[in-house]
Amino acid sequence: MEFAELIKTPRVDNVVLHRPFMSRVEGTLCLTGHHLILSSRQDSNEELWLLHSNIDSIEKRFVGTLGTVIIKCKDLRIIQLDIPGMEECLNIASSIEALSTLDSVTLMYPFFYRPMFELIEDGWNTFLPEQSFKQIESLTDEWRLSYVNKDFNVCPSYPPILAVPKSIDDDTIRKVATFRHAGRFPVLSYYHKKNGMVMMRSGQPLTGSNGRRCKEDEQLINATLRAGKRGYIIDTRSINVAQQAKARGGGFELEAHYPQWRRIHKTIERSNILQESLIKLVEACNDQSHNMDRWLSKLEASNWLTNIKEILTTACLAAQCIDREGASVLVHGTEGTDSTLQVTSLAQIILDPTSRTIRGFESLVEREWLQFGTFLGNNSFERGKLKLPQKTVSLWSWVNRPQDTERFLNPLFEANSLVIWPSVSPQSLLLWEGVFLRWNRSSKCLDEAYEEMIHIIEHNKELQSKVSTLHRQLAELETEDVQLETP
Amino acid sequence: MEYIRTPKVENVRLLDRVSSRKAPVGTLYLTATHVIFVENVSETRKETWILHSQICSVEKQSTSATGCPLLIRCKNYQVIQFIILQERDCHDVYISLMRLSRPEKYEELYCFSFNPNLDKEDREQAWNFIDLKAEYNRMGVPIQLWYITHLNRDYGVCDTYPTVLYAPTSATPPIIIGSSKFRSRGRFPTLSYYNHDNHASICRSSQPLSGFSARCLEDEQMLQAIMKANPGSEFMYVVDTRPKLNAMANRAAGKGYENEDNYSNIKFQFIGIENIHVMRNSLQKMLEVCELKSPSMGDFLWGLENSGWLKHIKAILDAGIFIAKAVAEEAISVLVHCSDGWDRTAQVCSVASLLLDPYYRTLKGFMVLIEKDWVSFGHKFNHRYHHLDGDPKEVSPVIDQFIECVWHLMEQFPCAFEYNERFLVHVHNHIYSCQYGNFICNSQKERREQRTRERTHSLWPHMWKNSTDYMNPLYRPDHSQTQGVLRPDTAPYCFKFWRGMYNRFEKGLHPRQSVIDFLMAVKEETQQLEEDLEIHEEKIAKLEKLQVKHNEIKANPRDINKHLGVSTSDNSIANTPQDYTGTAGIFPSCSPSQLDEESSVLILTRDTLKSSDPDLSTNSDQESGVADLNCRSPSGGDSLPSEDSAKDPDSDEAANSAA
Repeated sequence: MEFAELIKTPRVDNVVLHRPFMSRVEGTLCLTGHHLILSSRQDSNEELWLLHSNIDSIEKRFVGTLGTVIIKCKDLRIIQLDIPGMEECLNIASSIEALSTLDSVTLMYPFFYRPMFELIEDGWNTFLPEQSFKQIESLTDEWRLSYVNKDFNVCPSYPPILAVPKSIDDDTIRKVATFRHAGRFPVLSYYHKKNGMVMMRSGQPLTGSNGRRCKEDEQLINATLRAGKRGYIIDTRSINVAQQAKARGGGFELEAHYPQWRRIHKTIERSNILQESLIKLVEACNDQSHNMDRWLSKLEASNWLTNIKEILTTACLAAQCIDREGASVLVHGTEGTDSTLQVTSLAQIILDPTSRTIRGFESLVEREWLQFGTFLGNNSFERGKLKLPQKTVSLWSWVNRPQDTERFLNPLFEANSLVIWPSVSPQSLLLWEGVFLRWNRSSKCLDEAYEEMIHIIEHNKELQSKVSTLHRQLAELETEDVQLETP
Repeated sequence: MEYIRTPKVENVRLLDRVSSRKAPVGTLYLTATHVIFVENVSETRKETWILHSQICSVEKQSTSATGCPLLIRCKNYQVIQFIILQERDCHDVYISLMRLSRPEKYEELYCFSFNPNLDKEDREQAWNFIDLKAEYNRMGVPIQLWYITHLNRDYGVCDTYPTVLYAPTSATPPIIIGSSKFRSRGRFPTLSYYNHDNHASICRSSQPLSGFSARCLEDEQMLQAIMKANPGSEFMYVVDTRPKLNAMANRAAGKGYENEDNYSNIKFQFIGIENIHVMRNSLQKMLEVCELKSPSMGDFLWGLENSGWLKHIKAILDAGIFIAKAVAEEAISVLVHCSDGWDRTAQVCSVASLLLDPYYRTLKGFMVLIEKDWVSFGHKFNHRYHHLDGDPKEVSPVIDQFIECVWHLMEQFPCAFEYNERFLVHVHNHIYSCQYGNFICNSQKERREQRTRERTHSLWPHMWKNSTDYMNPLYRPDHSQTQGVLRPDTAPYCFKFWRGMYNRFEKGLHPRQSVIDFLMAVKEETQQLEEDLEIHEEKIAKLEKLQVKHNEIKANPRDINKHLGVSTSDNSIANTPQDYTGTAGIFPSCSPSQLDEESSVLILTRDTLKSSDPDLSTNSDQESGVADLNCRSPSGGDSLPSEDSAKDPDSDEAANSAA
């Protein structure tokens, strides 16, 4: 398929663009395979480049022959285009719609994007599983890398290389995989240096309504326990939801078969509920009524903050089991691809100081989300087929360039080697204004405050280095002085 | 003291409402001015001080197996729960506190016994620190347009107004007196703020006694005179800050609002801010939400909405914006009133002034603003903040709301204010503490009768002396944000629950690291580095020039990370988990209290954090810093920290008075 087939009208003149906090721009609208571009010809700066993949939905309206297209973006911005001519407007609208909902991954922008910067570091090679395992290996010999999934036969949604208990052989793992949802057997997610406790994640056990058991599964997870110690299974579903899963062949670990494990149920909503919650929140933020009661009740009804609180609380609980109880933890929900990853990755941010650095965070995203979850392509298997490393550029290649990394550094950062325990009370959890109110209000004053903060810190650093230079200079002069005077 | 039934009770436990930490055991003391709880832990002997004047209510709850609980709610939003072993002791403490927290005569207030050892001259000078005459000069009030009237010199015209007032030039004494007779409690229209750029002004008064049809020629002339004091303007606004229904109801009592037909060239506007009773109930509801034990997000948001509190804050800010806009953008003068003109009017006039004039966003300017719009114009501090035992229906968080409006503005304009949140919190604290004479009584007249300037001390010079604590590190006088009129956004999502005020003492709810404190420490360090730099440069120049031997005192460049690491993070809390299980006893191996001890051990073993005493986490004071622990040491028995915080500069003086 050619993009040209989808672009019915590639260019319209005299289009007016309205964006939040910016004055209207009149110019020429162009559609390309991946971008919607609006350029005013008088001033080359006045350009809009909007990726089609950033478009969430469009609406069109007509007043006479003047059409208006309202574009809601995935970054929550809402822009409006006034397009003269009914036919042009309809063509543009249907083209955008088609281009923003391409069904073939290989037609997406990453496969066409050529970096305008020099590739210093190839992000595709920055975080290799063998490398991250090396560190664990230097601390313990209880774990090994297994290549049992190298052909994606055991678990299609897992990466080819996985960390498993050393005492468990690949045959056992194959059997365990048949007992876990979509073959997602328990694997190592995080090793806590301080006490050697681990966090594992998996899919739900397939106990079904008959309470099926799997000795190998029990053997695998028991292998992670120290003698006389017990572990915790954190099920991200409520007990009712977990019970219902049994009827569909899923289920949860029965006390009788896992006597060394204590199961805790938490209620993290499934992704479709979160999506609804997000839509309600965005709607609340865009409400123009200026009515306080309405805002607060819509904010409450969206349940967004409730969901955030629940996810964070569960992650804290997992971290608490590991760090404070000195117990190992297994986290799963149903598939082990959504709420499970939210919990395991957040728990690591709480427990592991490294994941609070830029590279550590990137590594966390690679380990928890890309290898085990979603993004472009849904898993390593799909990404392998797509030949992503050969055909696209890794985000990390861009982020890790020194000049860009600089922009992402928190000026207040002080390395803290400790576990950080957040407050999860409603008074402590605030709406993330930088994301949700980004297009609703001007951030000028807050941006200025941020700049001032950086200025204060930079100025201090400058003075520090000046003073220490002078200090050295002074010391040298003094020595010279002494030498001069010494006969 | 006669009201103290028992001066000391042992084996009392202090409960923490937020964390599940083990309640410390200690001794409870009652003194003439404070309730003091001293923990038994011998190394720290941590103390918690509560001023009697801060106590809002004392509640004795039903006795259980562990003892008799006593719940103390404070006006600065601290809530403290003691468990006293013997019911009889609990009862004695309860009866004593009921009396001690409700003084009947001014003489009983703390400010009359508080003695910071200033001599007479210094005390007088301290009272002159804020000079309202100088303030009107600063505004640049021109003598061709406005004059000082001494008509009220012996409070004959209006006993709740100050003696010195500004009137428009064409308002002759008969007009003023005539107008005052047509206004509730004689509170005639007078100047609150003058905008130098365009002559527009903000005036304030009480409601007119218009009933259904009454008129007063002098009052009409008065408004005409105010309009004339803004040459070139063709009308003026009269803003009634009450809801229209309330104002209409007042007509039946012979009061009411201005009829546009009777006054030449006024535009009349209602702005619906609710009355003190609605506000009192609203706060009560919000505080109930703050007190909920581990509420869900839904409980909290629903409770916040249901209290209506943020809606009221928004209404006050919107009113201030309306007036500031009229003055700055339309160059139109505004007369503001409500019923008596001492609550909503004070709120709205001071918010508008703060939006208009960068001066009120400086430390000194804020003090001036409080003295001008609140103290001098007869805001009833005694009634509203329940200083003396009186009608509970008179109590209302009027100035609290104003202070919260300022906080919301600070959130939107982080570089525009010279002072920080701590300053607001401390001012609020002292409005209730009765430690200083500024906020005693209901009017200037009463304060004169009480001779507060001779018998009590002024808060402002004291805060000024400690101004480094109150400085906003992001403030820059030359910043574009700082200049000119503030134009805040009042979309509902701009209003947030003020945790730093209403949950101020629940340390566990606050961020573990304070950006402002961090930046303050950096700035302090920068200042020191600048001095070092100068000294070094001088020395090098000298050495290079003279090449003579020096006896140098070596100044080492500071290691900022080491320095800041302890002063700005509360590691003891950051390193203690909350209850994340939602189910008690999920971890049988380890009770929450044990967790806490574990965390202390963890912290103590790390030398970078050696001064981060785990004890801080049990400290109820928000601002406690590490360095302040010294003044809480048991050896300093005569060094009593103030009720507010260890960092509170009042500690030394409190010591003297109690000694």
